[in-house]
Amino acid sequence: MRSSRGEEQETVRNSQFAIRNSQFASLLPAFLPLAFLLLFYFYPLASILALSFAPEGHFDPAALAKLFSTPYYLHTLWFTTWQAAISTLLTVGLALPGAYVFARYDFPGKSLVQALTTVPFVLPTIVVALAFTALLGPHGLLNLVLMGLLRVDRPPIDLQHTLAIILLAHVFYNYTLVLRIVGTYWANLDPRLGEAARMLGASRWRAFCEVTLPLLIPAIGAAALLVFVFCFTSFGVILVLGGPRFATLEVEIYHQTIHYLNLPLAAALSIVQILFTLALMAAYTHLQTRLTLPLELRPRQVTQRRPRGWRAWLVIGGNVGLMLVLLVTPLAALIERSLTLKGGVSLAFYRQLFYNPRGSAFYVPPVAAVRNSVGYALATVGLSVTMGLMAAAVLDNRGSGSSARSPRPRGRRLRHLLDLLFMLPLGTSAVTLGLGYIVALDEPPLNLRTSPLLVVLAHTLVALPFVVRSVLPALRSIHPHLREAAALLGASPWRVWREVDLPIVARAVLVGAVFAFTVSMGEFGATSLIARPERPTMPVAIYRFLGRPGAANYGQALAMSTLLMLVCTLGFLAIERFRVGGVGEF
Amino acid sequence: MPLLEVHNVRKSYPDGWTLAGVSFTVEEGEVVCLLGPSGCGKTTLLRLIAGLESPDSGQALVDGEDVTRVSPHLRGFGLMFQEYALFPHKDVLGNIAFGLRMQGLGREAMVPRVAEVLELVGLAGFEHRDVNQLSGGERQRVALARSLAPQPRLLMLDEPLGALDRALRERLMDELPGILRRAGVTAIYVTHDQEEAFAIADRVVLMRAGRVVQVGTPEEVYRRPASAWAARFLGLTNLLDARITGPGQVETVLGVLQVQDSGFGIRDSGFTARLLVRPEAAQLGEAGPNVLYGVVTERSFRGERYRLGVRHAGGVELTFNFPASVALPALGEPIALSLDPWALALFSMVEETG
Repeated sequence: MRSSRGEEQETVRNSQFAIRNSQFASLLPAFLPLAFLLLFYFYPLASILALSFAPEGHFDPAALAKLFSTPYYLHTLWFTTWQAAISTLLTVGLALPGAYVFARYDFPGKSLVQALTTVPFVLPTIVVALAFTALLGPHGLLNLVLMGLLRVDRPPIDLQHTLAIILLAHVFYNYTLVLRIVGTYWANLDPRLGEAARMLGASRWRAFCEVTLPLLIPAIGAAALLVFVFCFTSFGVILVLGGPRFATLEVEIYHQTIHYLNLPLAAALSIVQILFTLALMAAYTHLQTRLTLPLELRPRQVTQRRPRGWRAWLVIGGNVGLMLVLLVTPLAALIERSLTLKGGVSLAFYRQLFYNPRGSAFYVPPVAAVRNSVGYALATVGLSVTMGLMAAAVLDNRGSGSSARSPRPRGRRLRHLLDLLFMLPLGTSAVTLGLGYIVALDEPPLNLRTSPLLVVLAHTLVALPFVVRSVLPALRSIHPHLREAAALLGASPWRVWREVDLPIVARAVLVGAVFAFTVSMGEFGATSLIARPERPTMPVAIYRFLGRPGAANYGQALAMSTLLMLVCTLGFLAIERFRVGGVGEF
Repeated sequence: MPLLEVHNVRKSYPDGWTLAGVSFTVEEGEVVCLLGPSGCGKTTLLRLIAGLESPDSGQALVDGEDVTRVSPHLRGFGLMFQEYALFPHKDVLGNIAFGLRMQGLGREAMVPRVAEVLELVGLAGFEHRDVNQLSGGERQRVALARSLAPQPRLLMLDEPLGALDRALRERLMDELPGILRRAGVTAIYVTHDQEEAFAIADRVVLMRAGRVVQVGTPEEVYRRPASAWAARFLGLTNLLDARITGPGQVETVLGVLQVQDSGFGIRDSGFTARLLVRPEAAQLGEAGPNVLYGVVTERSFRGERYRLGVRHAGGVELTFNFPASVALPALGEPIALSLDPWALALFSMVEETG
């Protein structure tokens, strides 16, 4: 008995010894997420690549050639690029003052405003698009109010299918992103750096330009790149708000796939888009590593102060006012419109969601879409959190084995590459992903065309970067000494992870899970291509309503959007509640 | 006329914390230390003088001119921040030249000046180092050089040695007065460490809870603390309740003691007061007027001296310093000491709480 236990300990020690000595052992948990990426990300993308270059099995670049010789497609590419550029400039320009206010001032109601501004962030694009039609469309709230005020019987402003409404929706959608990324970084930036410049004779403006701004550049750059990528691959907003006049690459891919069934051309468009986003994401991760330069970041309590004087209050009031108008009015309009029938308050649209009249776009009551969405979302949470934890553990890995100060350059470079790999799905358009699934996963060996699993897989891919980015900063915030202490007290690497990392990371995992849930609930691009007609999700159902004429269908779209918005809002309130000290990159 | 005159400055914060009417002056060429425990308002006072905060009331006068509402960058003051606030995106040259650039100096004038101040702080040739790669002591010196470079009329230093390890602190404590003197600069130096204050200051302004408690040279402050609190803050911990029984005579738990200190006009018999027994007050043996019998409870060797804890039969425990050369009884053994009447001081009870 004694001796056998001794042997057991011996083997345990030996195996630990072996693990410590293997350079790549710490990368082992990466196997599963990597396999997942390979199978459900790279394989579909490779299939798209193959399809665009060799639609018939042999090399034939006709589709690509057609792409670059047809003015229409070149025009689409050009529009995609410049609308994204303008959207990014507008968003950054509007959000920077807000970031300053949040970073430097502590004022009553701040946490409430902060929670409010986070709501739009993962509101499904289709909900955002609909909210803007409810506010600014010909029958929108603004026009109704103006018609009442000006006593005219025609809508005075018509923004339906204009560039303005698209840009507005993009700003709405991404304002929070800039606010978060830049604001968080700014909040931890030592205000004494600016004060030091002031003491050395720099005016307020000069101190900002020479000290604060250069230090913020990596954060602004990262935020701007992310916004640009999101606008570049914008789908739901353009599909609904752009109408026939405006189409991005993403929308074009969708039309080619769904309406013209021209998969080779869709594939060629996807390839162009992938190349663009790949380059942008590489730049983004590069900036991300720059963000972790050895700045002496300060806790927020030190950097924030109560506003004093009318000027401070004016700046705060102006920015909070802008946030409320920009972020709240469309959502308020959405709710108001969904509850209004012939000028009175009514739940009619909501009630209709439970019926299945003849000629409906569904084989089941529309409310079944809610059940489908929740089911997909729960499965997505399970899968993406599992994969995300494994990926984050590998990406962090500073505690066990190699020293925290000087990781082997080879291991570090490998991790950097892995980091980039796990971020890739974030920059890949959802429609492309959906197209890839249609192309790749509808034939043996992997025929999932009719399986509900297909939607879950796509959602997991989209959610994975969010989970990784929620968990990783929390993991990295754990001081290596904690792990070393546990190891010296006799804990194996696995025990260290379970007893030290996991408890600290648990809340971040919860945040990641809620992210995954809301992302899945709102995912539209991929789902619009791969969801089975008899099993629509909420966003798909909303779009189907929009495709059908009549106030009743529009009303039901509004009602369903409102429900979806409520679910996502609750999810975000949960994230705000569980987030530990603002750790997390989104 | 003093270079700087701070007059009755008040500042309150929403969380109730205040700077309650602070006044003091700084003469040209002088180094003044603001000394006090953390949270006493000394850093806030410094930021008010710098112009980074504005007072609720009161003025700051420079050469008799009111600068209370003047922007910080127009005051011509220098401030060396706690933990230095070096610009991480600029090298050593870029950091030090910043203030010179703000004065509109050209590159030809800037480079020699930077070399000059680097020489002054002992970092000659460091121009192109990355500030993120410097050691703590080097960062401290770069910060000092940066604030000296534009030749401020008044240099303020906020706990400049706070972030350094002990050995480095002691070395810089010796060097700093020399550097400041050679730079010919008038300075306000904030610290919570009395040893640092005494080593560097021409004059000490002792602060407590938003008020000035005492102003004087380091010697004056140490020899004659203004209150029992001041004494305790300066590390003088032997304080006893005492009742005045006659001229130069008090009754304490140690018995009746002779006191040479007049104790701020506390002369009348019957008054109760606090008696300070300085750690250097005791000598071995029973010669002299105030003899104390006790047991050695603590005996620690501190290099140049011994620190000895003695418990009196009445229950009080006192701490004394003895030169390392004196042969002292072992732990637990009885000891007889005589207390020098000149090393005893009286404080009124009222000041204890004030």
